[in-house]
Amino acid sequence: MSSQDIPEENLPAEQDSHGHGGVAVADEKNPFADPGLPPHEHRIQDIDERAAKRSERAVALLFTVSMLATVGFIVSYVAIPIDKSIFVFPIGHVSALNFALGLTLGTALFTIGAGAVHWARTLMSDVEVADDRHPIAAEPEVRAKVHADFKQGAKESAIGRRGLIRTTMFGALALVPLSGVMLLRDLGPLPEDKLRHTLWAKGKLLVNMNTNEPLRPSDVAVGSLTFAKPEGLEEHDEDFQNEIAKAALMIVRLQPADIKDKQELEWSHQGIVAYSKICTHVGCPISLYEQQTHHVLCPCHQSTFDLSDGAKVIFGPAGHALPQLRIGVNDEGYLEALGDFEEPVGPAFWERG
Amino acid sequence: MSTNENAQSRERGKAPAGERVADWADGRLGIYSLAKANMRKIFPDHWSFMLGEICLYSFIIIILTGVYLTLFFHPSMNEVEYHGSYVPLQGQLMSEAFNSTMHISFDVRGGLLIRQIHHWSALIFLAGMFVHMMRVFFTGAFRKPREINWLFGFLLFVLGMFTGFTGYSLPDDLLSGTGVRFTEGAILSMPIVGTYISMFLFGGEFPGHDFVARFYSIHILLLPGIMLGLVVGHLILVFYHKHTQFAGPGKTNKNVVGMPLLPVYMAKAGGFFFLVFGTIAAIAALAQINPVWVFGPYRPDQVSTGAQPDWYMGFAEGLIRFMPGWEVNIWGHTLVLGVFIPLVLFGVVLAALALYPFIESWITGDKREHHILDRPRNAPTRTALGVAWVTMYMITLVGGGNDLWATHFHLSINSITWFVRIFFFVGPVIAYILTKRICLGLQRRDKDKVLHGRETGTIKRLPHGEFIEVHEPLSQEQLFTLTAHEQYEPAAVGPAVDENGVERKIKRSEKLRAKISGAYFGEDQQIPKPTVEEYKEITSGHGHH
Repeated sequence: MSSQDIPEENLPAEQDSHGHGGVAVADEKNPFADPGLPPHEHRIQDIDERAAKRSERAVALLFTVSMLATVGFIVSYVAIPIDKSIFVFPIGHVSALNFALGLTLGTALFTIGAGAVHWARTLMSDVEVADDRHPIAAEPEVRAKVHADFKQGAKESAIGRRGLIRTTMFGALALVPLSGVMLLRDLGPLPEDKLRHTLWAKGKLLVNMNTNEPLRPSDVAVGSLTFAKPEGLEEHDEDFQNEIAKAALMIVRLQPADIKDKQELEWSHQGIVAYSKICTHVGCPISLYEQQTHHVLCPCHQSTFDLSDGAKVIFGPAGHALPQLRIGVNDEGYLEALGDFEEPVGPAFWERG
Repeated sequence: MSTNENAQSRERGKAPAGERVADWADGRLGIYSLAKANMRKIFPDHWSFMLGEICLYSFIIIILTGVYLTLFFHPSMNEVEYHGSYVPLQGQLMSEAFNSTMHISFDVRGGLLIRQIHHWSALIFLAGMFVHMMRVFFTGAFRKPREINWLFGFLLFVLGMFTGFTGYSLPDDLLSGTGVRFTEGAILSMPIVGTYISMFLFGGEFPGHDFVARFYSIHILLLPGIMLGLVVGHLILVFYHKHTQFAGPGKTNKNVVGMPLLPVYMAKAGGFFFLVFGTIAAIAALAQINPVWVFGPYRPDQVSTGAQPDWYMGFAEGLIRFMPGWEVNIWGHTLVLGVFIPLVLFGVVLAALALYPFIESWITGDKREHHILDRPRNAPTRTALGVAWVTMYMITLVGGGNDLWATHFHLSINSITWFVRIFFFVGPVIAYILTKRICLGLQRRDKDKVLHGRETGTIKRLPHGEFIEVHEPLSQEQLFTLTAHEQYEPAAVGPAVDENGVERKIKRSEKLRAKISGAYFGEDQQIPKPTVEEYKEITSGHGHH
């Protein structure tokens, strides 16, 4: 770096500024010279005591309004029931208590500020003065002294001479944080193959998320979107959230002739197809279905999948198609899974392969 | 000696009470030497210097209201049934975190107000830091000796983003849960370590039962603790360096012109705290924010449309939305570039901001202290780079809200996404060129004003029939102010032979620097400011402009 320093003469010259705030009269030599601080201009309050009195009253009025507003806050807190709602134009129905408390507190605070600022602007001295700056870096003597002290201290510690101590100390200091890192290990389990499996298995019935009843093919109409969960998974279960985060299913019925993907057709039942509801981008639940085109759209980042063509990505940031669940019908006529998803559901990850 | 002390203490006995307390404290804390340096400390006045104050005050408001919220909030993901006073959610299963947020909002008097003040302050805190950073950037206030304070401020901005994110995730509502899921997806995209970090962060699979409690200690202790330290350091450095000021009559690089802390800034800055607090309280009374009862409790299989993070995370949201879904499968592994590239870009775009002061000082090679602010026009390349950065940020924000743009303006979401994909690259280039042109135009106008005076708008007819516009010469103050800025010469690569005639190896970095320096300060990159000779020649002329 230092070898590349720009020589002094290449740096721009500072404007001729005649010391700090000193008055330099523009002369023949330099018409752009610093004229120095302009003389102070009096405010009306500086010369007219009546104006100053007016300012004083204004400030006092603001502080008084603040006191009244605080009383208003306390009265509102006590008097207004918490469930009362009022209509305020143009925002609509709002909580009366929140509205009253917020406005009284806001007024009480704001008027203190307004009073203080008005006081400062109209009554306190507004004469501009100059303070000197001093270089941030130390004087050369101080610098030399500090360097010498440091060398002295380092020499007295013998850290340079006793290499064995130095090396082992650095080693010890470098190793000791490992204990802290180690302690983080039990923050969670190892991933293993947890992300590869869901609750779905051969023979599990598809249960309608809304009615909590097992689905029959006749329950799924063309053009409708049905959400399903595996049988046996209930809202009150300890791990409901974790399981539904992977097992959530969306079911639509297409005309078998409309299904372009061969495997999709094989894994469907009478045109009923079941896909993972969890977006393969970053895991949002997909919830928008376009009946005419059989496209589904993730409302979070707008990845769009074509359910009539293997749920391939046709727009947006998702990287691969939605996993399909192979379904059939059991002896009693209910829709059932014919196994787990064949690939991990949800966002992609390094081990997904 | 002892009589002397006695006499002194007798005298003290008569001194006003305040003075005696101050003496007592000084004997133990040495407050007089501190006060000597600071009580009448001079601060310069400019509207843009209060942007940082907004940040400081909203930070204090966030801490005050945050402490209140901890008195009622339960950071637990145990599932409970709702039996509070909000009827539509009666009987629903939800985490204790959501339940206690409902309790704060509907059953604690003033609880909703404090929640809304807390959330609004967070938005304003981040917005304040963003604008404050832009002010510092465009006026060159980050130059020596303030580079470290720039880094402190930068860290505050980044930590503020994560504190905000962990904070709005705590209620465990449907909207914030969706954001946490997005975070999990982003973490999973990291090569090799992604699944491990995700398992460790969530205590197992998503969502698990741990993240609210973990985010809670990060949100109320770890991050704000670091931030408080940084804020204190930031303020100490502001005091130590003394505030920068714009060029003007009497204002030099060696002084600071303004009014004293006591009383003027004590009143103005102290009063401004109340103005900010009062304004935010009024906003919290009038404008609803984060109505978690509308979203409902989080369920990983449910989502609402129009899901948006808080504004400061919209940048990350935009990156993830417009990135094409690239996925590479090799040797049994998946590189999730469609998510991982945005994650990296997020860091790179922010890091560019952090490093800029060091890059610029390397280009200029200037090692002097700078206390006089630049007018943005007088540093056209820096200003243009800054505007290009802001343009990229804003276009990404548009991308983050592409669904809202689509629904509000009846546009196709696909075309908005494509617009963002293209203009993420093209936008900054256009902004750079335009800004530089505008800066140079403004420099030319300043030069004209100095040399020819101000256009008065008065048209005068001369005896021989010619019409001229009367130009009024500038005052001495204006002449000085408009010519006070410094102009760098482009750095040249040094001679290929040293003074002894020995050939010298020219480092590649030196050539690179000369090139960039030329782009900053070379011909046509800045308008040479008027010289005394030019001025004299014109003014001593024949009065004909």
